[in-house]
Amino acid sequence: MGRAYSTIAFDPAKCDGCGDCMTACAQAKTGTDDIARSRIQIYGREGAADKTFELALCRQCADPKCVTVCPAGALNKDGTSGVIGWDATKCVDCLLCTVGCAYAGIALDEATGHVAKCDTCDGNPACVPACPHGALKHITTANIYNEVGDWEDLFAPGLAGCQGCNTELLMRHTLRRVGPDTVLATPPGCVPGMGSVGFNGTTGTKVPVFHPLLTNTAAMLAGIKRQYKRVGRDVQALAIAGDGGASDVGFQSLSGAAERGEQMLFMVVDNEGYMNTGMQRSSCTPYGAWTSTTPVGETSRGKTQDAKNLPLIMVNHRCAYVATASTAYMEDLYDKLDKAIAASKNGFAYLHVYSPCTTGWRFPSNLNMEVARKAVETNFVMLWEYTPQDGLHFTKPVDDPLPVTDYLKAMGRFRHLTPEQVEHIQKKVVENQKFVERMTEHAHVG
Amino acid sequence: MDRAIEHTKYLIAGSSHAALEAINAIRMHDAEGPITVVTRDAHLPYSPTVLPYVVSGKSAPERIFLRDDDFFARNKVAYRPKAALKALHADRNTAELADGSSVVYEKLLLATGASPAIPPIPGIDTVSYHVLRTLDDALKLRGAIAESKQAVVLGAGLVGMHAAENLVKAGASVTIVEMSEQLTSGYFDKVAADMIEQAFRDAGAKIMTGSRVVRLEPTAAGAKLTLENGTTLEADLLLVATGVKPEMDYLNGSGVEHAQGILVDDRMQTTAENVWAAGDCAQARGFFTGTKVMNAILPDATIQGRVAGMAMAGDPGVKDYAGGVPLNTYHFFGRHAISVGSSTVPEGGEVVTRFDEKTGRYLKAIFAADGRLTGIFGVNEFFDGGVMAQLILRRTDLTPLRSRFVANPLAVGREIMSQTWR
Ligand SMILES: Cc1cc2nc3c(=O)[nH]c(=O)nc-3n(C[C@H](O)[C@H](O)[C@H](O)COP(=O)(O)OP(=O)(O)OC[C@H]3O[C@@H](n4cnc5c(N)ncnc54)[C@H](O)[C@@H]3O)c2cc1C
Ligand code: SF4
Repeated sequence: MGRAYSTIAFDPAKCDGCGDCMTACAQAKTGTDDIARSRIQIYGREGAADKTFELALCRQCADPKCVTVCPAGALNKDGTSGVIGWDATKCVDCLLCTVGCAYAGIALDEATGHVAKCDTCDGNPACVPACPHGALKHITTANIYNEVGDWEDLFAPGLAGCQGCNTELLMRHTLRRVGPDTVLATPPGCVPGMGSVGFNGTTGTKVPVFHPLLTNTAAMLAGIKRQYKRVGRDVQALAIAGDGGASDVGFQSLSGAAERGEQMLFMVVDNEGYMNTGMQRSSCTPYGAWTSTTPVGETSRGKTQDAKNLPLIMVNHRCAYVATASTAYMEDLYDKLDKAIAASKNGFAYLHVYSPCTTGWRFPSNLNMEVARKAVETNFVMLWEYTPQDGLHFTKPVDDPLPVTDYLKAMGRFRHLTPEQVEHIQKKVVENQKFVERMTEHAHVG
Repeated sequence: MDRAIEHTKYLIAGSSHAALEAINAIRMHDAEGPITVVTRDAHLPYSPTVLPYVVSGKSAPERIFLRDDDFFARNKVAYRPKAALKALHADRNTAELADGSSVVYEKLLLATGASPAIPPIPGIDTVSYHVLRTLDDALKLRGAIAESKQAVVLGAGLVGMHAAENLVKAGASVTIVEMSEQLTSGYFDKVAADMIEQAFRDAGAKIMTGSRVVRLEPTAAGAKLTLENGTTLEADLLLVATGVKPEMDYLNGSGVEHAQGILVDDRMQTTAENVWAAGDCAQARGFFTGTKVMNAILPDATIQGRVAGMAMAGDPGVKDYAGGVPLNTYHFFGRHAISVGSSTVPEGGEVVTRFDEKTGRYLKAIFAADGRLTGIFGVNEFFDGGVMAQLILRRTDLTPLRSRFVANPLAVGREIMSQTWR
């Protein structure tokens, strides 16, 4: 299987041209402060209204031209790290590589007479932490995919989800992470609907799975977990439920299990409605959204109430762990999965994942990640985590949110909104954000 | 005798840059189709460009190989060294090899490169001389250089100059004989050539430009050369580096059209069905002229090899060849020279030069009438050749930035190109 690689990402909007990254690189790589010798080079771009900056840096290309034109075999792409390495003992200083590269990613270091290029400092690039403005990021999400790629997918192949289904992506990742010693409870919703509970006596999973009622998921799972405990078997109790199943009719058993501190991980896949049964509204459906039960017509303009904030309600149960997550931020999601699994060994862990629905929200199936990302970038949803010890804090704070219209415009279910409705939503976003922010200020609530 | 004839989907003749890049391109699109590489050489693939460094001792011969057996195994490529293509029967999709066997192909790539061109000097077949194109040539030359006291290099192109430098450094007295009035003509202009010449003179080499050898005779030590003006030179080592000629003798009677090289279209296809050609043996469109030219340089061999491989595999991503742009880098006595683009000044175009005596930095840039860059040349002045080549290929108008560009082509080139980097 192919591998994914880490990369250094640059956000020109955040760069002010201070050059600290260059100094850090020069120090790390040459032991001098000579920024001309840095392997990352920041250039001011003249002409724009305000000066903007761009960088010359090795892209560690998948199909690197420098490697192709090197006559000495001195350049090679490392299959494991993805980094294009330079072998000083083979290089003949011919400079042909600099002719091959269109990015100025490999260039002559005049002080040594040899070419030099970024080697990502063995996976710990010195430039990244040196940037005082956060314009450089070392994106290591690839590690997840490489690691996860080696784990067994514990759902059967060929589940009948909609094309481009985010929920399927999420549940496959989740079960891979949680592992084979798991009992899965999944109440009516998209997860069993696409076949994970199985047909004709076979399951759609490679772990034991059961299909409780909407109302009793947490209660049944709690009982099963206790029984396993009694017989001395350590299994992971995992529920994957939809927002309808959790926030509406299933809430009573969920709240009860949380209050009792049952040892389980309860994941809610929040696609903001009963999508599986024909896209009816739930208490998690946002204001203004079209659903089949909040239609758009002559008088009706979508849902007239605001969404219930279920994860905040769970915080008020003082669960061992509560977090919100998004598949657009996989590292954050995995980090939270790990913590939730650990917390569920001793108490109730609750993970609320915002999960766009291509069918019910009306957007093209290839735009799932884009919609998920926009929800976060506009503060329409917020990513945070809570423990009784440390309280609540943001894990992906968005200081400079995009206008909420950027999110609303990305899908059909908000197409009919009047300016007043949009204004209402934008006000709600700000209000919600202030509300959660206030909770972070009282960090030690426990 | 009835012998089983081998069949393959992709047959590639040659095992150097053009061939290797074609293999990559084919395997990107067709993971399985059998590939057979037949090559004249006895070794694993290596680059002719690295050979001067084998001669000088900087590169260990066993460490220059660009691929290993494992690469061919992993990529399902049958690699057949010492199997030169001898004749081509394009009408029957059959290649005849020097070892007497034949291979039937579905698609054939001719990537046989070039060989030294030997000038028709009277007496040349009576003396022994060196050339430099293969690893075996390099090893022989390396041995001879160690023994040489008095060497003559015929031809002051980059191959000859590299070898001359090696000879100088090995302590021989060296004379470079060049027919044209300047060294490295075709690569660098007069100013740059003079700087190169000065460096060689400073190191003790003798340079005779504008000199034609009219006679060669064997002597006890080696050879005697007689020049047009009557001067004679004695050599215990004679290196002939007067240029290259494409390797395409096997085309005789094949019907594949060829002129200076094998004529190809913008997908590197020859005039014959199922036959492509790439690299030093091919004559393809030139970027500046639009006519078909020889552009026998390494970067172009890889670009052409890629286009050919994609076309052969039927990769829908294949794009037309943009045309060859001359690109050269040259290292001499610790200094470097880079040339990108054409040295011809287009009609209405403009040449800007600057020279700094103290640092020895020389820069020349040529702009067309419409403001785009057509050529840039530097000695001791580093700029990104790859960025410059892109500016030329994209026909970027540099008029508003020209003076800044000439003052600092490294920074300003990056600044302009960076706008396309996202
Ligand atoms: C000493 C030297 C220095 C150079 N320096 C530079 C430089 O600095 N920059 C630059 O850009 N270029 C340089 N070049 C040129 C560069 O090496 C070539 O442009 C490049 O190697 C062309 O690649 P190719 O694949 O087309 O052919 P080649 O590299 O010539 O390879 C041809 C291949 O075909 C094989 N072959 C030949 N005939 C047959 C046959 N009949 N049947 C089967 N196989 C056959 C050969 O064994 C070889 O494997 C230099 C060349 C030399 C010799
Ligand atoms: S300068 Fe070194 S690394 Fe670059 S192409 Fe030449 S030999 Fe290869």
